[in-house]
Amino acid sequence: MTKELLKGNIAFAEAAVRAGVDAYFGYPITPQTEALEYLSHRMPALGRAFVQAESELGAINMVYGAACTGRRTMTSSSSPGVSLMMEGLSYIAGTEIPMVLVDVMRGGPGLGNIAPAQSDYKHIVHGGGHGDYYPIVLAPANIQETIDLTYGAFELAEKYRSIVVILIDGSIGQMMEPAELPPMKPRKKQFPEWATDGCEGRPARFLTSISLDPPKQEITNLRILKRWQEARANEVICKEYFMEDARYAVVGFGTAGRVALSAVRTARAEGIPVGLVRPVSLHPFPEEVMKRLSKTLDGMLVVEMNNGQMLDDVLVYTKESLPISFIGRPGGVIPMAEEIYSSIQQLVNNPPPIGSSPRDRWFAKVCKEKGL
Amino acid sequence: METTLNRNETIVYQRPASFRPAPTHYCPGCTHGIAHRLLAEVVDEMGIRENTIGVASVGCSVFTYHYFNFDFTQAPHGRAPAMATGIKRTLPERFVLTYQGDGDLASIGMGEITGAAARGENITVIFINNAIYGMTGGQMAPTTLPGQKTSSSQDGRDVKTAGYPIRTSEMLATLDGAAYVVRRSLHSPKEIRRAKKAVRMAFETQARGLGFSMVELLSSCPTNWGYEANDALTWIEENMVPYYPLGDFKVHPALADVKI
Repeated sequence: MTKELLKGNIAFAEAAVRAGVDAYFGYPITPQTEALEYLSHRMPALGRAFVQAESELGAINMVYGAACTGRRTMTSSSSPGVSLMMEGLSYIAGTEIPMVLVDVMRGGPGLGNIAPAQSDYKHIVHGGGHGDYYPIVLAPANIQETIDLTYGAFELAEKYRSIVVILIDGSIGQMMEPAELPPMKPRKKQFPEWATDGCEGRPARFLTSISLDPPKQEITNLRILKRWQEARANEVICKEYFMEDARYAVVGFGTAGRVALSAVRTARAEGIPVGLVRPVSLHPFPEEVMKRLSKTLDGMLVVEMNNGQMLDDVLVYTKESLPISFIGRPGGVIPMAEEIYSSIQQLVNNPPPIGSSPRDRWFAKVCKEKGL
Repeated sequence: METTLNRNETIVYQRPASFRPAPTHYCPGCTHGIAHRLLAEVVDEMGIRENTIGVASVGCSVFTYHYFNFDFTQAPHGRAPAMATGIKRTLPERFVLTYQGDGDLASIGMGEITGAAARGENITVIFINNAIYGMTGGQMAPTTLPGQKTSSSQDGRDVKTAGYPIRTSEMLATLDGAAYVVRRSLHSPKEIRRAKKAVRMAFETQARGLGFSMVELLSSCPTNWGYEANDALTWIEENMVPYYPLGDFKVHPALADVKI
């Protein structure tokens, strides 16, 4: 296989095709639309299901129906569209069936803008839909990683009967990079014992998310938690760069992590012992990595393209037991490597007191700078 | 069902194989049971029980899947046509149906039903119109008649503030993707027989791949209307039928030769 120049939105769409996706349902929304456009001809050409739905509500419920048949099913959208899908995601989680969602995040809240952002961390990682459920959330930082994670997402979803979300931002969706596509997998021919795909030669089945008897619903919720606990133990992915001898770490996912790597390289060139920790699985969060680093490092800098959504998780797992700083660019702004580098310098030269709120300190500085 | 016959005895009537031997949760006098029975009979008669997948909705028929003896799923409120689309597009050889009430289909789910009909989605919709929200205790529905009293229109539906009822079948019949859209009623044995033929015709539409099919069934809700079962049937005939005329609003030309 050779590398091709691939756009992120096309790359994850083709990776899903090669992973054997049987059905795709979507709705146009920038900056994700190329995936829908691509699959609108690719899927029918392969004899697979494709529908451009009447809305994201329609799309996620088409996914729900198709996923109930036990076939590999996905959709993709961007932040406001994913808000509309939250109803369906909760039902799908409550029915305990697998599916894959790619969220190409943009600036919010509201209609916001179409620029890259990490605006959806909380509503994807910590719910969004109602009830107790736990999607597996993976955040690649380049096209190759987007391909590889999408390619494996269906098996992961099936293993845990869970929703798997590939969480990227508009820049990864829109950028082109050389990357290698994996081989075409044969489509599944065996379907799970719960699938409602017609009761030929077997007793009829049903799939539902309703359970009027609270103790039964309680068992369902605990069963969902049990599968999640297994995922939490087995599916953590976290990439570390220059961390062998590091005294400081920048923590960032996706594009923020990628930009931070440039800043880390600059700092290393200046002799600052800093590395990058890039959580790839946001859910399960690399809890143990955070716990370990909180005991060994002299400081941490969290970088995000939002107001500090992942920051709260970092604070939980580090128990704020070391100096932590934060820098965020919300609303569709990508941080510059220079500003991250300058924050690294500040962390090293003037470490903040332990336990002083990183967000408050960052925000006070931003308010002064922007005259808010 | 297994039945032991004595000599000289013949089975003339029994529970369809598509209908589970389970007591339903419906109120006495409610016509959901009749609609279920018609659907189960049609699925049996066409020999498609093992090849059919149903989508239940939200409302009184939320537990429909307990009563039918074929594969079923259960949709979020109003979204059954989208779920059915997902199933049908993934398994085009299966018969796919939704069973929806008027609050589900004509209020919260109007987007999904319109999208499915416009796409000519090759599914069959059984649409129960009883002019009220049953499961939540008798609130005004999109189909509640002008002046009709409900728990959320206690002086009667005032069209000045609550607007007018939606004639869903007429509306969907304007879409080119709709192949078979008719309204029937369940208020008398004669109308029930006509309703069954329409359900059969809707499935024949799907069997021929002609597109979207829907049978609207005027139904009773004695509990929330506050009538005795028989009076409720009379209320359908005297009040609902004049507002919701029975008839065929769209019949694909290819169905002209289909005799049932």
